[in-house]
Amino acid sequence: MRLLQWTILLLVAVAAPGVVLSRDPKAQVVTLSFYGLLCGLMFFIFQAPDVALSQITIGAVMLPLMIMLALTKMRRQNLRRERESKNK
Amino acid sequence: MSSRTRLIFFLFPAGVLAAIFVWGCRDLPAVGDYRGPYGYVITQVTVPERHATDVVNAINYDYRGFDTLGEEFILFASVLGVLLLFRPSARIGGDRDKNGDDAQNRQVKIDDALPISDALRVTMQAFVGIMIVFGVYIATHGQLTPGGGFQGGVILASAPMVVYLSGNVWAFERIVSHPLIKLVECLGAGGYALIGMAGLLAGAHFLTNIIPLGKTGDLFSSGTIAVISVTVGLEVTGAFVLLMQTYLREIIEERLGQKS
Repeated sequence: MRLLQWTILLLVAVAAPGVVLSRDPKAQVVTLSFYGLLCGLMFFIFQAPDVALSQITIGAVMLPLMIMLALTKMRRQNLRRERESKNK
Repeated sequence: MSSRTRLIFFLFPAGVLAAIFVWGCRDLPAVGDYRGPYGYVITQVTVPERHATDVVNAINYDYRGFDTLGEEFILFASVLGVLLLFRPSARIGGDRDKNGDDAQNRQVKIDDALPISDALRVTMQAFVGIMIVFGVYIATHGQLTPGGGFQGGVILASAPMVVYLSGNVWAFERIVSHPLIKLVECLGAGGYALIGMAGLLAGAHFLTNIIPLGKTGDLFSSGTIAVISVTVGLEVTGAFVLLMQTYLREIIEERLGQKS
């Protein structure tokens, strides 16, 4: 049990800089999702299944999804602006 | 400022912070150490008082139900804000696409096309049913096992997203723009408040657990906790589905237009 706790803590500690250091937003979303999953596992190992469930659904699924959707929206807006400036 | 001086400016505070952090970690209590009576009291009291075996949800939806009501309305308000911000307007909306350069429009569409293999498509669509059943299970068993309306709602809301990612844009559009989604959202948010007011009508305080508690461990037990869990599930499902619909509206319209 002790070993499991240390392992997951180490994994989270490694994954967190991974999220910060990935500079491309799309890559960052993927690392963020993985980090969210690891955090969920951590909560589960530390015997908080309720928090783990919330963390996995929000941190690993919904938050990356919302960021992806926002990125798509922004990209389309940029495309439209470019088109507009070309038309002028 | 050169990168060398910047590095020095960074390293000095970072060193101080690291030192303070290590110093602060020395006297941390052991894992699982808990001081304070409330946790012990509530774990003793919940099962006899509320007939709910998941103490976390008994706290969330009953003992501090009023706070959860506030939290639910935070989600409600922020979804409302997004809907308002991205409301379809004539200025940026569809009109321009009709007047705009057709060749460039087509370019955008091709960029967005999802190349997806048949194996992935079939697997994803097979998972949709399982996800819905699991979401409903999590939302309705909040009083018994870890989970509850919030988590169940999020799982339920991600089911249409899987439909979309499996390439079935038409089905996704039919699900997310169904008028029932808005009704579900309103019922979820309003239902919680109404259950609270039922307590007032019964002559007790707001959000008093007035429904018969039933037998501990049954699906229909713990009174209002189970009902509130379901309303929260409805609200969260509606909220996230509405968000997806708002974000993807334009893309869906284009994809469907492309097909016809």
